[in-house]
Amino acid sequence: MRNIIELTVWQLVPAYIFVVFVIAIVKIRGINREKEILLSSVRMTIQLVLVGYILDYMFKNRNPLYTIIAMTVMEVFAIYNVFSRVKRKISPELKRIIAFSMSFGTIASMLYFILIVIQLRPWYDPQYFIPLGGMIIGNSMTGITLGVERIMDGFDSRKEQIEAALMLGATPGMSAKNVVNNAFDSAILPTINSMVGMGIVFLPGMMTGQILSGTSPLTAIEYQIAIMLGILGSVSLTVILFVMLGYKTFFNDRCQLKDIIS
Amino acid sequence: MTSLYELKDITYKNILNIDNLIIPENKVICIVGESGSGKTTLIKHLNNLISCDAGTIYYKGQNIDEINPIKLRREVVMLPQVPVIFPGSIGNNINIGLTFSGNKPVDDSRLQEVLNIVHLQKGLSDDAGKLSGGEKQRVALARVLLMHPDVLLLDEPSSALDEETEHLVIDSVVKYVRDNNKSLIMVTHTKKIAREYGEGIIIMDKGRVIGKEGIVN
Repeated sequence: MRNIIELTVWQLVPAYIFVVFVIAIVKIRGINREKEILLSSVRMTIQLVLVGYILDYMFKNRNPLYTIIAMTVMEVFAIYNVFSRVKRKISPELKRIIAFSMSFGTIASMLYFILIVIQLRPWYDPQYFIPLGGMIIGNSMTGITLGVERIMDGFDSRKEQIEAALMLGATPGMSAKNVVNNAFDSAILPTINSMVGMGIVFLPGMMTGQILSGTSPLTAIEYQIAIMLGILGSVSLTVILFVMLGYKTFFNDRCQLKDIIS
Repeated sequence: MTSLYELKDITYKNILNIDNLIIPENKVICIVGESGSGKTTLIKHLNNLISCDAGTIYYKGQNIDEINPIKLRREVVMLPQVPVIFPGSIGNNINIGLTFSGNKPVDDSRLQEVLNIVHLQKGLSDDAGKLSGGEKQRVALARVLLMHPDVLLLDEPSSALDEETEHLVIDSVVKYVRDNNKSLIMVTHTKKIAREYGEGIIIMDKGRVIGKEGIVN
């Protein structure tokens, strides 16, 4: 294994030249974005420094409670992120379904992946659990966000079609079938596309990180293949749970379409 | 005369306000009125697609709220004013009503029969999405007829048809209803059609029933 190049803080400083470069471009072009670029760079730095110290502490003091707390924080943050990223107003009922689908889908996938596939011992080892869990939660969050947007768009744009089906005696499930299927398809498509380009168009982040830290590329690809399959499973499980439970919130107990899209 | 529907003190938002209305069974009933008079809202209530804010609707003597809405809609089928075409061929579009109501699709000869009732000379495998407005309207009507419901709620079923085709289609539909002892409640934009075919006429204005012909209360 080759020695890895340890970066010092002083080596990081010249990297900030890229921020100065982007700010210069937007200033010259008259694009009013300097403040956001500066703020996001500062925020990224502070967040990563903090998380670095927290992870360092957790790795040195391995404790199942710390792992559980970290995963809960990530899960809660991901759920709130879904709520804030969707532009439409989400009903409280649909929010509950999002929270349930995200929690159940990601936890079930994580446990299967970490206990059965990776066979992590001890199961709570934060060095593996946190980065792998984070990837599963992050990708599921993106998937479910797309699913929420598509299902709401679908109920809005296909209202006449759904109502026409109800008029003919269709159950809510039958009448919303196309909307539900489209939402699921749109939500898992980015994951499928990223699998297609993997290794050719780009080297994924986890694999790059492992290679940079000195791991053999052959070990790195094994992890990458496993995590991609884990992500596919988690995104699919999370989104199918969401769409299958979520469409019901658009109907009342008389199988009538509610007027809730805004 | 047996009543099919009985409406008592119905209100819905500021759109509908009906004190008392009895709609008889096995008749052709036409609903007429200006645009925005509440005709569509009324028949949506009869299909239980929406529920009134106050009052009670009885269907064959039973409170509509106590009837399974899916079961009711398979017995009382509604055709919307703007025809909805689902992706696929004309044949699939006609058969889809049966699928929605939990029945098996029928073969082409049966589909052709309903196409004849609505006077549409098109191939069953033609793409339904490419039809004209009037043709789509007749495909949607054929879909309802194929389901053989007890009650047909038709919301302006001929609005996109020329006068000659309108007469041919309505003539066939009314004949089908009478031959099969069904009930037809039809919203129509022309009083002429209502006078010609309606055994009873409900005249609406600003959400109220302002006149009834051939209907006793």
